[in-house]
Amino acid sequence: MARLEIKKTYKIYIGGKFPRTESGRFYNPKGIDVNVCLSSRKDFRNAVVAARAAQSSWAGRSAYNRSQILYRIAEIMEGRRAQFIEELLQQGSTKKSAEDEVNATIDRWVYYAGWCDKYQQLFSSVNPVASSHFNFSQLEPMGVVAAIASESSSLLGLSTLIATAIAGGNSVVALASESKPLCSITLAEVLNDSDVPGGVVNFLTGKADELLSHFSSHMDVNALVYCGNDSKKILKLKETSADNLKRIRAYAEERILGEKGESPYLISDLNEVKTTWHPVEKIGAAGSSY
Amino acid sequence: MATKNKNTFEFAPAPESTGHIQLRDQYDLFIGGKWIKPKSGKYFKTINPATEKQIATVADASEKDVDLAVKAARKAFKGWSQLPARERGKYLFRLARLIQEKARELAVIESLDGGKPIRESRDIDIPLAAAHFFYHAGWADKLDYAFPNRSVEPLGVAGQIIPWNFPLLMAAWKLAPALACGNTVVLKPAETTPLTALKLAEIIEEAGFPEGVVNIVTGAGKTGAAIVNHPDVNKIAFTGSTEVGKLIQRATAASDKKLTLELGGKAANIIFEDAAINQAVEGVINGIYFNQGHVCCAGSRLFVQESVFDEVTTKLKARIENLVVGDPLDKNTDIGAINSKGQLETINKYLEIGKDEGLEMFQSSCAVPKKGFWCKPTIFTGAAQSNRIVQEEIFGPVLAVQTFRTISEVVQKANNTPYGLSAGVWTDKGSKIFNLTSQLRAGVIWANTFNKFDPTSPFGGYKESGFGREGGIHGLEAYLKFND
Repeated sequence: MARLEIKKTYKIYIGGKFPRTESGRFYNPKGIDVNVCLSSRKDFRNAVVAARAAQSSWAGRSAYNRSQILYRIAEIMEGRRAQFIEELLQQGSTKKSAEDEVNATIDRWVYYAGWCDKYQQLFSSVNPVASSHFNFSQLEPMGVVAAIASESSSLLGLSTLIATAIAGGNSVVALASESKPLCSITLAEVLNDSDVPGGVVNFLTGKADELLSHFSSHMDVNALVYCGNDSKKILKLKETSADNLKRIRAYAEERILGEKGESPYLISDLNEVKTTWHPVEKIGAAGSSY
Repeated sequence: MATKNKNTFEFAPAPESTGHIQLRDQYDLFIGGKWIKPKSGKYFKTINPATEKQIATVADASEKDVDLAVKAARKAFKGWSQLPARERGKYLFRLARLIQEKARELAVIESLDGGKPIRESRDIDIPLAAAHFFYHAGWADKLDYAFPNRSVEPLGVAGQIIPWNFPLLMAAWKLAPALACGNTVVLKPAETTPLTALKLAEIIEEAGFPEGVVNIVTGAGKTGAAIVNHPDVNKIAFTGSTEVGKLIQRATAASDKKLTLELGGKAANIIFEDAAINQAVEGVINGIYFNQGHVCCAGSRLFVQESVFDEVTTKLKARIENLVVGDPLDKNTDIGAINSKGQLETINKYLEIGKDEGLEMFQSSCAVPKKGFWCKPTIFTGAAQSNRIVQEEIFGPVLAVQTFRTISEVVQKANNTPYGLSAGVWTDKGSKIFNLTSQLRAGVIWANTFNKFDPTSPFGGYKESGFGREGGIHGLEAYLKFND
């Protein structure tokens, strides 16, 4: 008797666990014979809670440690090449383009792994103020980042948004490509295997039209990054994000998927500049000011 | 206890002379290098908040006037942006020098029009405004070094809307980086404090700037809205309330306008028991009473470690008894006039709210002049996180004092606000400073100091205090387009 194949159940990824959507709903992306979770607003809110809880300790990790964890992601992905290629084929890629995308994605994780302990030096400054103070500026993560992945590239686009956000110490709630969601869940398994603490990255699958306004209007999300070229969506995201003055970053797909998707400026875009002052006592002068 | 020291001498009046200042009775709009009457023919008056007397009338710019100003800026953009960067920088250096030459006149006008003590306008506002132009002048031909591996170009026409608390200084914060980066500008000063921006327009004329590079239009919220909504503006820079900032984010959503917002704040100022208490008290006074508390980064929430609460509050009360409240032009004045009647009403409303919420209010026993808008320096003790005077920005000389025991408690309380502009920490222990400064969610942290500003030092907020930075290498980003 022929062996019966074990099919994979595609679930979402919240707080380091793989639950089903609380809504109990599913959808079938066109041409893909899989039931994918149709995530709800409640799933999103749960994911934000998990992301918020995980963020400060992730940001508190040493840059060296974050760098090693990002590199570990590349290592684990390399071992899962066949699975990613298989999923990309299922989602309509050609063999060649699937291989190219997996290679580019693994290399991109390595690229951003290398930035973790360097971008701070690039973007920090000691500021020569005219008064007797030591004054410096450095980057700090914005906090919880909501990411809306590229629709056309389910692996490279999503990975780039997550890598830039977590390299810079943020936590992420990401919405996978609606039509090509399979790689996102497998990527979640990779992250889960790579010492990325639970909650630092969270994945939802579902319909962008249902979820976008929840992503942009949530009061405990600090920044929203959108990869895509739909100007109507960008307008809506901008309008509905004003309630808590969320930082909006909209990137064209060409930018994220091409060579320019490798840039430390994508990390600094999701960081705040903090400036600290402290008095310096002037030896031999009239004394320190406060 | 908190009474005036009997041995203290009263200060004799020492008013700064107004004899050397030159003001017109009426100001038109500065558009395309010319002074133009508003299309509507309407003018509004600007008064001295210390006397309620009219100083001048100022044009009320309508949508049509703003359109003219944007057109003038657009027309000037090509020439200005294509000028050799070094030459652009030289105009700004020249402007910085002229401001320094006219510092006294500008300081007096600033205090007349806005009510701030001459000590502050003379020693802080005007010198810093000149310094901002001088600093940014040198960036004009060095921008490639600020953004490695990235090509930059100016955005185009920048619309800039500034508040009434630091009128000339905010104009400098906005204009200097915009112009250094090659943009042209339409700037709107606040309706209660338009005069130093209009004097700046005269100085810009004197400096020989090409026509239309800087256009200054006066008016209230409607004029500002016309700038925000103008389709040919490429950049909006706004400093003001969080409420208006949100409106602007929505209003510009449909456009490609680059946006930076510098909004409200409710800064925590934290005193640990191991701090140098006298220094800390002086810093708290400066943190909240500087510029009558009309400061977005004012240290309006004081957190005192329980063990030193009595000492700190006793000293604070004694100190505010000795603050000189009165004539802004007097060189001994510490606290001048509240900027406008409307703002005074807002502050008084919050004093009532504080009392209604059962908090203990302490005010200086000083006398205040009969005419004009005044608020005595005020301290509320016994405040809790839930009190409105702790949560909401008052923008006046009102301090809310809370206590804490542990670091984690005070960090949690300090960060429990939608704002994130600034914060202060007072302790003599270095490692504690760095622990606190890294945990506080704010764009500017003053450790053992407060309310310090410098053109090389980036300023701007986290969360609902806005986004973008002004000053330093980081502030340039707001006025450039990146081709990547």
